[in-house]
Amino acid sequence: MSASLRDSAATFGLTEAEFDDVVERLGREPNTLEAGVFGALWSEHCGYKNSRPLLKRLPTTGPQVLQGPGENAGVVDIGDGWAVAFKMESHNHPSAVEPVQGAATGVGGILRDIFAMGARPVAVLDSLRFGELTEARNRYLLAGVVHGISLYGNAIGVPTVGGEIAFDPCYQENPLVNVMALGYLRHDELKRGTVGAVGNSLIYVGSKTGRDGLGGAVFASADLSTASDADRPAVQVGDPFMEKLLLEACLEAYARGLVAGVQDMGAAGLSSSVAEMAHRAGLGVDLDLAKVPRREEGMTALEVMLSESQERMLLTATPGRERELLQLLERWELDAHAIGVVRDHGRLRLFEGQRLLGDLPVAALNEPPSYTRVGAEAEETVALRKRSVEVPETSDPAGALLKLLESPTIASKEPVFRQYDHQVMTNTAVLPGRGDAAVLRVKGSHRGVAATVDCNARYVRAEPRLGAAHAVAEAARNLTCVGATPLGVTDNLNFGNPYLPEVYYQLEQAVEGLKEACLALGTPVTGGNVSLYNQYRSEDGYHAIDPTPTVGMVGVLPDVSRRADMALKRDGDVLLLVGDPAGTLGASEMLSRLHGVEAGAPPPLDLEREAAVQGVVRSLIQEGLCDTAHDVSEGGLAVALAEMAIAGGRALDLSLPGAPGTRDDAVLFGEGAARIVLALRGAGELARAEALCAEATVPCHRLGTAAGEEVRMRTVRGAFAVPLTALRAAYHRPLADALR
Amino acid sequence: MTIAVVRFPGSNCDDDARHAFEFVLGAPVRYVWHRDVSLGRVDAVVLPGGFSFGDYLRGGALAALSPVMEAVRSFAAAGGPVLGICNGWQILTEAGLLPGQLARNPSLHFLCQDVHLRVERDDLMFTRRFHKGQVLRLPIAHNEGRFYVDDGTLQQLEDEGRVVFRYVDEAGRQTPEANVNGSLHAIGGVVNERGNVLGMMPHPERAVEPLLGSVDGAELLRGMLEHLHERAPSA
Repeated sequence: MSASLRDSAATFGLTEAEFDDVVERLGREPNTLEAGVFGALWSEHCGYKNSRPLLKRLPTTGPQVLQGPGENAGVVDIGDGWAVAFKMESHNHPSAVEPVQGAATGVGGILRDIFAMGARPVAVLDSLRFGELTEARNRYLLAGVVHGISLYGNAIGVPTVGGEIAFDPCYQENPLVNVMALGYLRHDELKRGTVGAVGNSLIYVGSKTGRDGLGGAVFASADLSTASDADRPAVQVGDPFMEKLLLEACLEAYARGLVAGVQDMGAAGLSSSVAEMAHRAGLGVDLDLAKVPRREEGMTALEVMLSESQERMLLTATPGRERELLQLLERWELDAHAIGVVRDHGRLRLFEGQRLLGDLPVAALNEPPSYTRVGAEAEETVALRKRSVEVPETSDPAGALLKLLESPTIASKEPVFRQYDHQVMTNTAVLPGRGDAAVLRVKGSHRGVAATVDCNARYVRAEPRLGAAHAVAEAARNLTCVGATPLGVTDNLNFGNPYLPEVYYQLEQAVEGLKEACLALGTPVTGGNVSLYNQYRSEDGYHAIDPTPTVGMVGVLPDVSRRADMALKRDGDVLLLVGDPAGTLGASEMLSRLHGVEAGAPPPLDLEREAAVQGVVRSLIQEGLCDTAHDVSEGGLAVALAEMAIAGGRALDLSLPGAPGTRDDAVLFGEGAARIVLALRGAGELARAEALCAEATVPCHRLGTAAGEEVRMRTVRGAFAVPLTALRAAYHRPLADALR
Repeated sequence: MTIAVVRFPGSNCDDDARHAFEFVLGAPVRYVWHRDVSLGRVDAVVLPGGFSFGDYLRGGALAALSPVMEAVRSFAAAGGPVLGICNGWQILTEAGLLPGQLARNPSLHFLCQDVHLRVERDDLMFTRRFHKGQVLRLPIAHNEGRFYVDDGTLQQLEDEGRVVFRYVDEAGRQTPEANVNGSLHAIGGVVNERGNVLGMMPHPERAVEPLLGSVDGAELLRGMLEHLHERAPSA
């Protein structure tokens, strides 16, 4: 029998070598239950087999870090005794198969990670990727994912305050749904996922356990294929009402001191939560599966251990207060049961009543093998970078600007965020679409918190290391543009199959890029998620997504009344560009959208310059001298200026500086890092801005003023004007049409 | 003076209502759980927004059967002020305290945005700080906000002047675009005959500080408090 179990190692998600490793660490052959639990915990999704050695390279420490990687979420200090817990996680595979529930349960899962830290969730942001909207399937996926996020977030009453959505054919079969959540807590309210001490009782609370989501962790650790629709049962169904009760009950239980440790049941369900909580305490657990409430009959022990039924938490009761805890949970009309006891044997022993079904070493479960592979850059990536970016210069810059505003990646996301409740909890100080980052106040404090999610995957595809560094720089720039000082990063690494050398190369290089930029900008990584196997297998081979290391970042505003957004607020304000006058064309939205050309290297990134530019802008906003700022990203300067005009309902009269030998379209639509446009209300503010730039040896250029009904831009070689109404129409149309 | 904010399982604007009354307007709030059979000594009742019981049967349908609703009914019958916001209005219609129903938005999408709202009468405690015809800006956030009622009742509501708010454009004009959720007669808020029970879709508690973009909601709540002070000056 044992020989045949090794033969079927793959059904547990283990290779034969990994199966042998299990046998060695166990000192015997595992039974089916044990092999299944090992398989789930050693899956890529739970065990980070291929990414762990790389992730260790990331900087994770800093004076602001209260909790780094390894817990349910990272926690950073924001001052005055307050802290922010934050984390991003992907729900890519489920959303590809069932977009509504896939996205909804993504929101539910990340919110549990936040309140497992003792924090009250206060905001959700999403980073979404789809194929082009010209295809009906992608519109279906977009509509479904947006609906899923909306139905869960709105019902539980946590505002969805921001995010990004980009479209590219590479996501045709593998849409990305990365959800970030953050929560507030006082420093002394921090909770951890631990079983505490010997004799403690483990309390299961929340939904009953069913067969839904069985094997989800293993499903998320394989390529999608045409057969994936048959995996639909691996997608769970979300119940935001249940989670709302769970959230309120947990927070009340913490406040009363009834909980010594807590963890949500996420990927690999009960298996991973018990194993991880025991491991962090260096202890063991005896678990009685007969006490786990079930919604279906005839479930096997393995099914109970691996179920990914949503809205379930595992609590360690404070010694002596188990009864009180159970009563409180009952009052919230929740199903709660003591299912286990903490022991000092370092084992996870699984019982059904008195019968011992499995006996697993906790350490081995949590220490899967890890693989360091040898990557190699794909030849086509080298060729892509070398490909010429020379395209004929447009004779119609006004038309080009309108076309870029119509690019779904750039276009207004208002039709999307209108479906999200972004104001519940009454903290939202900068609404979605209005600023480069979301800003939330902290009630009972003058402080504010800003959050953003960013990644330009076209840059990462062309040059993974540089592109990933760009993602960090842009996230920090976005926080800067609302007046926040960046504090920390949660990353979501979305890649293809790491067993392919070109994918492993992308992953390794991207981690290096994240590391460089996080070190330079002082934003340690406090946690995150890795989503591999985002690729599709069809008759003609593999199709991997562009490497997409999404960066979620949080920052603090010392005084939330001093904040900025992108909307022009007064006619007569002077527009000032901080940073270089022109961008570059490589890997730009302009080349792709206007010319259908994918070519060139991403813009260069000087991290010192980036920090200097951001420092200038942050100072101005935090001194209360500037309330309007917007970074220059996809589509370049002209698009950034048009967005400021559209957001504020005010037009512009501008003369854009050139540089010798620079094409007009590089000035208008070229992209580059470390560039921010400010609108300043008076001579004093302008003088201070220019003085700060000089001090920091950062170039700046006066562009003109906010005025009139038309956006007028003069360049070195020509001039054009577009009515504000035309800009607005172009900007608002694409997503509204797609979601109609 | 104490304001009761009733919490149903799934209420999610309860804390926002508390913040608005306690921290912005200085009126103490007491939470009342949906299973409580008494409100205790309170001066006004707020049924907050949210997704009571997950909106699983129909918005407000299950909450209307909660034990606390008997107490709310008696409180209203005695003339006590009751404000139902969003899901709270849905609960009031399901409980029969206000006529009509809130149906699914015609777009079939949840809508979260600011709307303009015209004040149709200014002689109520809720609107005493406004003037008739004034245009307010308040946020909405709902799936089911399309006010619907039979023709006879609609006529009666109009004849009796029980329409308190209508969705309009910035200039106060009724247009199809401004009526974002397709409500009959663009109705965004309705009061009972006696004028002490108001149901409204927009969220006044979300518009109580400049940081939130509008303070029109604070004026509505302040009007209630003024009324209560006048009624019981010693409290």
